[in-house]
Amino acid sequence: MGHEVTGTTWTVYDSDTLTQAEIYGLVLCDLGKMNPKIVGLSADLAKSTKIGKFGEMFPERFFNVGIAEQNMFGIAAGLAKSGLIPFASTMASFAAMRSCEQVRTDICYQNLNVKIIATHSGISFGAAGTTHHCTEDIAIMRSFANMTVIVPADGIETALAVKACLDINGPVYIRIGRGFEPTFYKDENYGFQIGKGVELVQGTDVTIICTGVTVLQSVEAAKFLRENDGLSVRVINIHTIKPIDKEIIMKAVTETRRIITVEEHNVDGGLGSAVADVIASSGKGCSFIKRGVPDEYAVVGYPEDLYSYYKLDSNGIIETVREVMGKDFEEDDNWEDEV
Amino acid sequence: MPLTELEFKELQEKACKLRHDIIDTTVWAGGAHIGGGMSVLDILVILYFKYLNVDPKNPQWEDRDRVVLSKGHAGVGYAPVLAEKGYYDKELLKEFNHFKSPFGMHLDGNKVPGVDASTGSLGHGLPMALGMALGARVQKKPWFTYCIVGDGELNEGTNWEAAMAASHFKVDNLITFIDRNMQMIDGRVEDIMGIEPLADKWKAFGFIVKEVDGHDYNQLAEAIEYAHTKPGKPVIIIAKTIKGKSIDFMEDQTKWHYGSIDSELAKKAHESVNKMYGKV
Repeated sequence: MGHEVTGTTWTVYDSDTLTQAEIYGLVLCDLGKMNPKIVGLSADLAKSTKIGKFGEMFPERFFNVGIAEQNMFGIAAGLAKSGLIPFASTMASFAAMRSCEQVRTDICYQNLNVKIIATHSGISFGAAGTTHHCTEDIAIMRSFANMTVIVPADGIETALAVKACLDINGPVYIRIGRGFEPTFYKDENYGFQIGKGVELVQGTDVTIICTGVTVLQSVEAAKFLRENDGLSVRVINIHTIKPIDKEIIMKAVTETRRIITVEEHNVDGGLGSAVADVIASSGKGCSFIKRGVPDEYAVVGYPEDLYSYYKLDSNGIIETVREVMGKDFEEDDNWEDEV
Repeated sequence: MPLTELEFKELQEKACKLRHDIIDTTVWAGGAHIGGGMSVLDILVILYFKYLNVDPKNPQWEDRDRVVLSKGHAGVGYAPVLAEKGYYDKELLKEFNHFKSPFGMHLDGNKVPGVDASTGSLGHGLPMALGMALGARVQKKPWFTYCIVGDGELNEGTNWEAAMAASHFKVDNLITFIDRNMQMIDGRVEDIMGIEPLADKWKAFGFIVKEVDGHDYNQLAEAIEYAHTKPGKPVIIIAKTIKGKSIDFMEDQTKWHYGSIDSELAKKAHESVNKMYGKV
């Protein structure tokens, strides 16, 4: 399978058979060819995070530090300080939690140009269990000043995010899955921009705000609801959780008055909470339901089973939309307890 | 002897002056980590006034040597050194710890010219210094990275992750010092969480170990010049020091890890420094 790159387009990659991580590995190689300042780091996960491809191509610019994530991010900070652009990759649980302090104190506090590509995020590593899941990373990373947080929907969006993050001279956290997530976008010409939500489906009755793997599921759910329930469902992909696109959210609030959020993350602290922050601060009301992994540690299972179980797939999203359609804009009939 | 008599004398003069500055800064700050500031000072003096290839007028100069004071709480010792070297006006130290001052307990590299890494949380400096050294290697640059860790700090596991990696990657453009003053906050290091046999540990981790008196410029100089020969393995200099060195009522006292001094104690402290340098 030859991978030619014409210009900087990645649609020539066989994105139907390459996983998010594989695309990332190839994209990084291309960027590495163009920019000699890019260096790569792994903590004994070069194979599964696919940054190993970069390592094969540029061995003198790649450091595998072994099973030592805190050291990896400290080294990344030092490399950035010496004028290079480090891409450090490991599983989300280790990036966000094992090396949490290094990310915040070495990288964010010093505002260093380090790009963190976190794989196996959410519950995508299903059978591995909670020790290898991470339903907290969006919450953790968005709490750090200077951090940009991106959750790509598929391999194409991952490629675009990896390329675009170089335009930011500062820390960026990109969280992707384990692999084998289906491709959503047909090509990369939809106008990807860090910080800008993407309106994928127009609608007026209700809005689904989604991110990551739930994007494809949300669009499928919207199609089904239009055909079966006659509902006009808007779907917005918020790939950048921080800085979040307040405008597109408020437009959905005022134009549809019903919002549900879906994410492969704890229902608290991630996309849903970020959207809720925007809505609550705006003074405008709307019906609102957050969907995510509930505040518990996930059961074991293959990701498809887990997404179904936690209602993060199109069936779960359909159910949630129907639920929010049954809610008033202002639920509370008791006027006595309000000033 | 790597140092001439004149060089030695000049370093002594600098150190004496800086010890007075540290006392003053501690007063202006309302309190500081004066014990550790005094123990590490001679390492800073020999680096900044003999060996470092830096340009105070150009703190971001690409090809400068890097310094990572991993025991970042010794900011009260480091800030006067940088002022003396010419990075900024010493007057600014009067604002140490004051509202919106660029100088706080742990120096901020984004606010204080000359500071290469914002340290303070122990165990972070060595991995960062290693990253800088690897960065020099990738870019084929000849500059050195100097890292100074505390001995209590070596309880933190990340130091050992960095040590393992420095040895594995054969990093010899990184020169590490341990400010071995035998003290930490809750007591003596060997009582709280002992690190001996220290030299053996570093040798086992693949380092070449030099043990010196951390207040003897000739011994320090010899160790640094050995490290400059780039022996193909990382070098660590275990510098035996005295916490609170030069202030008689502070020397080797656990309680002076951090302290405030009023004008009376400050006077006594200044006198003690003068006595040490034969300036009574």
